[in-house]
Parts: sequence; structure tokens; C-alpha cells
Amino acid sequence: MKYPALQFLFLFSFFIVEANVSGNHLQDVTPPDTSTYISPFAEENELCFKCHGQERYEYMNETLGRQVKSLMFAERIVDRNEFYNSNHKSFSCVDCHSSEYVTFPHGGELRMELQYNCIDCHGGDDMYSSFNFEVIETEYKESVHFKLEEEGFTCWRCHDPHTYRINVRNSENLKETILYDNNICLECHSDYSRFRLMSDRDEINIIEKHDWLPGQASHFRSVRCIECHTRINDTILVAHAILPKDNAVKKCNECHSSNSMLMASLYKFRSVEQRRAGGFLNGIILNESYVIGANRNEYLNIISIVLFGAVVLVIFIHIFFRVIRK
Amino acid sequence: MYLYPLWIRLWHLLNAILIIILIVTGISMQYTGRDGSVLLVGFEKAVKWHNVAAIILTFDYLIFFIGNIITTNGKYYRIGRKNFIADLGRQFRHYAFGMFRREPPPFPVSEENKFNPLQKLSYVLIMYVGLPLIIISGLGLMFPEITVSRLFGVSGLILTDILHITMGFFVSVFLVIHIYTCTLGAKPTSLFRGMITGYHVSDDH
Repeated sequence: MKYPALQFLFLFSFFIVEANVSGNHLQDVTPPDTSTYISPFAEENELCFKCHGQERYEYMNETLGRQVKSLMFAERIVDRNEFYNSNHKSFSCVDCHSSEYVTFPHGGELRMELQYNCIDCHGGDDMYSSFNFEVIETEYKESVHFKLEEEGFTCWRCHDPHTYRINVRNSENLKETILYDNNICLECHSDYSRFRLMSDRDEINIIEKHDWLPGQASHFRSVRCIECHTRINDTILVAHAILPKDNAVKKCNECHSSNSMLMASLYKFRSVEQRRAGGFLNGIILNESYVIGANRNEYLNIISIVLFGAVVLVIFIHIFFRVIRK
Repeated sequence: MYLYPLWIRLWHLLNAILIIILIVTGISMQYTGRDGSVLLVGFEKAVKWHNVAAIILTFDYLIFFIGNIITTNGKYYRIGRKNFIADLGRQFRHYAFGMFRREPPPFPVSEENKFNPLQKLSYVLIMYVGLPLIIISGLGLMFPEITVSRLFGVSGLILTDILHITMGFFVSVFLVIHIYTCTLGAKPTSLFRGMITGYHVSDDH
């Protein structure tokens, strides 16, 4: 072993380096296996899924007297797997949709049925009090999205009731939560045809718009869009007051500081949960949240100040003896 | 006595400037306040300067590392096993008591022994353990996508960060001690002068 330092360096580089690169575009978040969940309405729902569960469907055309194969309009397709993983998996389709849908062909007037908003079911219900739906509604009404209601914007644009699943409270993996939540924004903000349903603005290139952001790919992977584009509210986990773009956070120290705003949003729930489950120290150390400037370890701080103070003290004592023994 | 060739002096000068920039900017990043309060340098500037200085330092370290392999300078960093602990004790006793009694240094500087045992140990630790660790962990923070995401259930980035700031702290402590011990020459300024001219003035401690 002629050059132990070189060998150490080489070994250490293998220890620390692992290829784990992912892009920052809309990515697929595969829902977990659904085989363990059996809906009490599975059979009943299957009557709908038979046609609406996939792109191609078949029906008996009585007039023609034969089976007709047809393609389902993309907006009317509900993926079974995603539905039975969603928050509303225990629902029957006709809990929310008119029971008249059970007849086929569906009556034309059914297309005009009113859709429920989140607050219609979740508002004023103690069971959901921890989610603070009322605060969410108030925030939503202050957001730039609310102004688009005339264009047809609703809660559903971001939270498709057929597929939406709460993530931050359930997921063990923070990166997956971030990806899932950011994909909600990118559904429209990186798909101009969807975006144009709500706005006549020119197409926006998210990557170019964020050119100013240092370490763009890292930021996109590590924080949710809403971290910078909403007004942080300590009482809800996901802030809904989407701000006009000019009011978005642009100062590094909003997050990269000891009292980082991320601790009041993205990391708050996880940190509290981990502290509850694994004790305070584990909650602080054993988490995925890492932000330069924010992850100061108080114990290391104290130890470093004491050690540094001791070194300076010894030096002063040494200087003192040098002076008096001169 | 000509002890410090030009490449060593240039390397050392650049290394000193970069280490000071890295410590100042590192502390600034660590202690920036959300209200925009700045400890030494603003966060944005600190990140930029820290990254630039770190990249230059990495190359500067390679110059030192390769220089010590291809020149004879590497011999000063080889620690012999024989009596090393006892020699450390002798040098420590000299710093703690002997020099106040005007005893001659137990390991006077010569062309064969540029460093006393305490210097040698601290330089080897800082240059062959501390700096490689700080450079590798720094690269892990600069390119988080190459850092292990989790290790033993703990975030790889947190571990890398703790390693980086801990090593940064040791380098800072080393710098303070290093600067102070450099005042222990024939005159308080003679060792600093030696590092500029290349000539060592004897009768140092």
C-alpha cells in the first residue's frame, strides 16, 4: 500500500457516489398495488368502468343490431387502478354522479349535472377538521386560480376526485410526495393544450422561466412548486393561496436560513410525525429534509463553539506566558 | 536555509486565500437569517463564491497531492512508526513548558526534517484526511444527484452535510492554530516571511 491516502479517496468515492439522476419534467408516479383493496361497490362500479375504465369500449347498438367498438374521450376515462388507490376508493360512482347514469345510452341532459366541490362534502365535518377545509377554501378564494372560475376552474382541476390521493400525510418518501404534488401543477403548466382551457396566455416554458434559479434540477426535485408560489399558512399542510407570479419567492434566504419557511410547510408535518414516532433527536436527524443554511444541528453548534473557545483560550494562555517569560 | 520551493509557496498562498474565502462564505451560508440578516456575506454571494473557491481548491489540492508524489516534498509527510508517540510528547512538552525555559527545540528545522512531529501529524491529518473528506463531501453537496439518497435510514445529504461542516470546522480550528504556531519562529514574523521568500530563519521553535 504505497499511497494509502489515494486508496482511501478512491474507496470513499465509491461509498458516496451513486447514480440517482432523474429529470424534472412531468414524471410517472406509479400508484401502489391495489390488489389488497376490494371495494364494496366493485361490481356496481364495474358497470361504469366497462366503458369508462379504458380507451376502447364496446356496446350493443340496438338500432344497428350489432356490437359497436368505440374510443372513449380521454377526459371521461377513469383508471380503475388509480381510482381504487384514491381517497374516494370506497365510493360508488353514483354517490357523486346521477343514478340515472346506470341506464345506457346516457341521457344528454346528464352532461349538465352539477359537480360537487371539495367543500360540499368536507366542509363543516368534524371528521375532516384536521384538514381545515374551510381555511383551504378561504385561501383558494384568494388565489389566482379562483379568478379562473369563470373559465371553468374548480377544485377538480388539481384534485381529480377519481384519482387524487393525499400524499404528504401517507407517503414515507418525501421525494415521491414532491413529485406527486408537482405533477399536479405540471398537468396544466407543462401541457399547453390543457393550459389553454383556462387561459389565453402564450405558452410558458417552465425551465426557461426558472433559469434564474441556481441548481434548478435540484430545486425541482427537492421542493414543491407551491413552496414558492403560495403564501405559507401554518394551519394547513398544503397552502392554497397561489400567488401572482411576481409575488413568488425569489430570495434564497427565505428557505436557506435557520427559520426556513420550509419548516412551516413541506417539512413541518414530517418532522412532527418523526419526532412523535422516533424521539426528538431521530426526528431531527433521521429525515430527508436537507436545506443548506436551515439544517443547523444545535448540538454540533454548541460543541463547535466550546471547542473553538477552548482553542482560543489555550492560545491566549500561551501568549500570556510568552509575554511574561520574555 | 532554502526550504520552500516556488511551487510550494504559490500552492500555499493560493490554498490560504481559498481556505479563508471558503471559511468566510461557509459560515455565511450556515448562519444566514430568513429576514435577510447577513453574518458575513449574503447567502447568494456566499454560495457563488464558495462554489468557485471550492472548485479552484480541488485543483489546487491535486497540485499539492501530485506535487508530493513527483517531488521530494512528500517525504516530509511520511510518519515513521519508531518513537513517534514519544516524539509527539517531547514536542508537546516543549510547546507547553520547554520554550518558556528557553530550552532548544527538540526537533530543530533541517532540510531533512522540515516539520516537527506535532506539525507532521497535524499536516498529514489535515491534508490527507481532512481536505479529501471535505472535497468529496463538498462535491456531494454541489452535485446532490450523485450522493446516496439514504444510508442506514438517514438522508445521505444530511450525512454528507454533517461530514462537510464538521471537517470545515476542523479546518477552521487548524487554521487558527496554524497561524498562531507560525508566530513561534525566531521572531513572530520570521516564519511568515520564510513562506514568502522561501528561506527559513533558524532558531525557530
